[in-house]
Amino acid sequence: MTAVTPVTLRRQVELTIDGQAVTAGEGATILEACRAAGIEVPTLCYLETLAPVNVCRVCVVEVEGSRALVPSCSRPVAAAMVVHTASERVRTSRRMVLELLASSVDLSTAGRDVHRWIEEHGARPERHGPAAPPAERDHAHAGHHEPPEAGLAATVAQAVKRDNDQYVRDYAKCILCYKCVEACGEEAQNTFAIAVAGRGFDARISTELDVALPDSACVYCGNCIGVCPTGALMFVSEHDLRARGEWDESRQEVTRTVCPYCGVGCNLDLHVQDNRIVKVTSPLDHDVTSGNLCVKGRFGFEFAQGGS
Amino acid sequence: MFGAGGGTSSYREIEETDLVVLWGSNAREAHPIFFHHLLEGLRRGAKMYVVDPRRSTSAQWADVWLGIDVGSDIALANALGREIIETGLVDTEFVRRATTGFEEYAASVEPFTLAEGERLTGVPASVIADLAHAYARADRAQLCWTLGITEHHTATDNVLALCNLALLTGHVGRFGSGLVPLRGQNNVQGGGDMGAIPNKLPGFQDVEDDAVRARFDAAWGATVPPRHGWHLSQMLEAIERGDLRALYVLGENPAQSEADDRHTVRLLEGLDHLVVQDIFLTKTAQLADVVLPAAVAAFECDGTVTSSERRVQRLRPALRPPEGALDDIEILSALARRLGPDWGRPSAEEVWDECRSLSPMHAGMRYDRLEALGGIQWPCPSEDHPGTMFLHSRLWEEDPEKRGQPAPFTPVTFEPPLDELTDELPIRLTTGRRLDSFNTGVQSGGYASPLRRPEALELSPEDMASLGVAEGEVVQVSSRRGSITVPVHLDRTLRPGLAFMTPHFPDQADTNVLTLDTWDPKSGTAEFKATAIRVDRLPGDSGAAPVPEKASEKAGVG
Repeated sequence: MTAVTPVTLRRQVELTIDGQAVTAGEGATILEACRAAGIEVPTLCYLETLAPVNVCRVCVVEVEGSRALVPSCSRPVAAAMVVHTASERVRTSRRMVLELLASSVDLSTAGRDVHRWIEEHGARPERHGPAAPPAERDHAHAGHHEPPEAGLAATVAQAVKRDNDQYVRDYAKCILCYKCVEACGEEAQNTFAIAVAGRGFDARISTELDVALPDSACVYCGNCIGVCPTGALMFVSEHDLRARGEWDESRQEVTRTVCPYCGVGCNLDLHVQDNRIVKVTSPLDHDVTSGNLCVKGRFGFEFAQGGS
Repeated sequence: MFGAGGGTSSYREIEETDLVVLWGSNAREAHPIFFHHLLEGLRRGAKMYVVDPRRSTSAQWADVWLGIDVGSDIALANALGREIIETGLVDTEFVRRATTGFEEYAASVEPFTLAEGERLTGVPASVIADLAHAYARADRAQLCWTLGITEHHTATDNVLALCNLALLTGHVGRFGSGLVPLRGQNNVQGGGDMGAIPNKLPGFQDVEDDAVRARFDAAWGATVPPRHGWHLSQMLEAIERGDLRALYVLGENPAQSEADDRHTVRLLEGLDHLVVQDIFLTKTAQLADVVLPAAVAAFECDGTVTSSERRVQRLRPALRPPEGALDDIEILSALARRLGPDWGRPSAEEVWDECRSLSPMHAGMRYDRLEALGGIQWPCPSEDHPGTMFLHSRLWEEDPEKRGQPAPFTPVTFEPPLDELTDELPIRLTTGRRLDSFNTGVQSGGYASPLRRPEALELSPEDMASLGVAEGEVVQVSSRRGSITVPVHLDRTLRPGLAFMTPHFPDQADTNVLTLDTWDPKSGTAEFKATAIRVDRLPGDSGAAPVPEKASEKAGVG
């Protein structure tokens, strides 16, 4: 009995990235070719387990002969392609994207990379002025958006939604990357509890008719939390520790084990602080889960710490 | 199956198959991440047939749902087999080269015409024919099942009936074609692989094989008893007879998980000595003379577990266990020390390495390899072996030498459920799991699940109307074993005459008071899935607590 692994040998494509000769498999994206060549390209809406949706535009690069900048996360490489990832045009475009996001969204719990990119690209969100007071967003109709007073920066600020015991939705931190919608939808969970509602600056992630999660189709798999890049979706445990100023990643250890429930064998990464599980994730690069879990694997750990 | 106790396929194969048959499995709720792989297969164009008495949240994804009468699985399988033979869709070349017993099998299914199939199963003849043709004609097909097949008094025969279909059509031993029993616990597969079954030593090696025992005797410096032991149902009978007087229960809650559990409790209470090793003071532990507090394997211990695709993966300790709770290995070693032999204080890896030296199918699974490869699927006979994606590819070898022992057809007889429906007990109660809960709730009861709702007797709209009961009304449910009171809940996925409960909340509604403990003589599994019940309104106003329609309908959402 031997394993038979179907192998596809891809044709190789030669291209130039930032003056460097690079070889990539046919069908690979420019982003994949860049990463393989050790060239960093910032991404926000991209995740290797999801199909690209091309919304954040922070991964754009310049391709010679192409009129517009192209999203590297979805554009496949082509033979003899010449790519510039750090040209002035690219940097200006990224700076604008990062600056507008940072001026309108609370990025305080976004990853460290995001803050580094903001700095490296010289984005100055503060030049858009102080934040305008929070406005009602959930029931905004298309075209009804009122720009704030001159000199104030429009923001997506709003109250944290806390309508269940397991996770909070803080859409003041949402950059509308669509990852949660994709993970809840056909890219993984196929529950379709959330979608993007509204248009333009009023666009936001919403359940059907903006009902609370317990009245929606949500099954609490938490796969949306697993893909959220800014901390807009967060375990209650993490949210409360942060609120008390006790969240401390330097004191956390992440241990990989196997879920104690059914026989599928999902890998769990347990994030533990002070001998308590504060968050559960699953590795994106393990082919059993591709980062996804169910409600038991994601939240059903309390029995091991006196929760019963 | 066919000599190896594990599913033949890997999850990735269901993503690339052409036909999925999900039989007696609500994987959408019971194995959600497996269902992700299945959905990927559907997205790529596979068709799905779901065989289930309930139109479950899995069945709602099917192209065709076969709403089978509870416990008529063998009749359906045999009717499918007969139709495949009758219409000339047998993979004759595979059957000739790789199997034995076809003639006897064909004769055994002869009485199961489509009309007879419809009569016995409640599935329309045309739908039986449709599935038979689709399964036989598919290039690749995956046949998956769970407790809907195995929690019957004919459990083993039910499985064999499905294996026969795979042999008939050559849907085994090839990429994308296979037999997939989904395991209910994270190490049900590994427990069996490690010999925690009455007739096997680690690696499915027979206890009654002298040569096998000699190797274990030599390695362990002890004599392995040369006979098969008892499985759980046999142990309970031995307690009843007085032949078994002391019991050591590790991580199991039979006082609540066994069918006809009040009877089980009486048996446990009558023992001379009961030792329970568990992470909680379960109902079973409360009956014990000695309780050994254990650490939580998945979160507090080193070790391995084996999944439904035969993948051995590492457990690693993330938490320190509470004061006094010990790793199972430490407890067992300490116990051994007091009983005589000193095993020292072996690490999980040392125990595993000993297992690798004795179980050929695990031989190549060094800890560092398990780490590097994200787990390895058995068999993995050597340290340069990558593990095995699917079993039984040998059956397709040209060379008879390599093909080896042919796989046998096993004719099986159809027997309806033992707990007969009568005018007094007219409703069939079946049991199953909900997405957010697990077995008797020992583990899953601890977290605040936003989906949780109290246990209820779920009834079809038709039965609720004919009984004149309202949503939330507390009723008395009785079987030949006993009665419980429980609120009623409307479930539109049920057909008239079919009721549903879970075992998740035994303290609130002890479902296993009702179930029948008659078990399959081959596997020891009790018939949890088929209980005859009656439902009676309580005298006067029973204090119905109506549940808001919206919230009550939500919990089954997959």
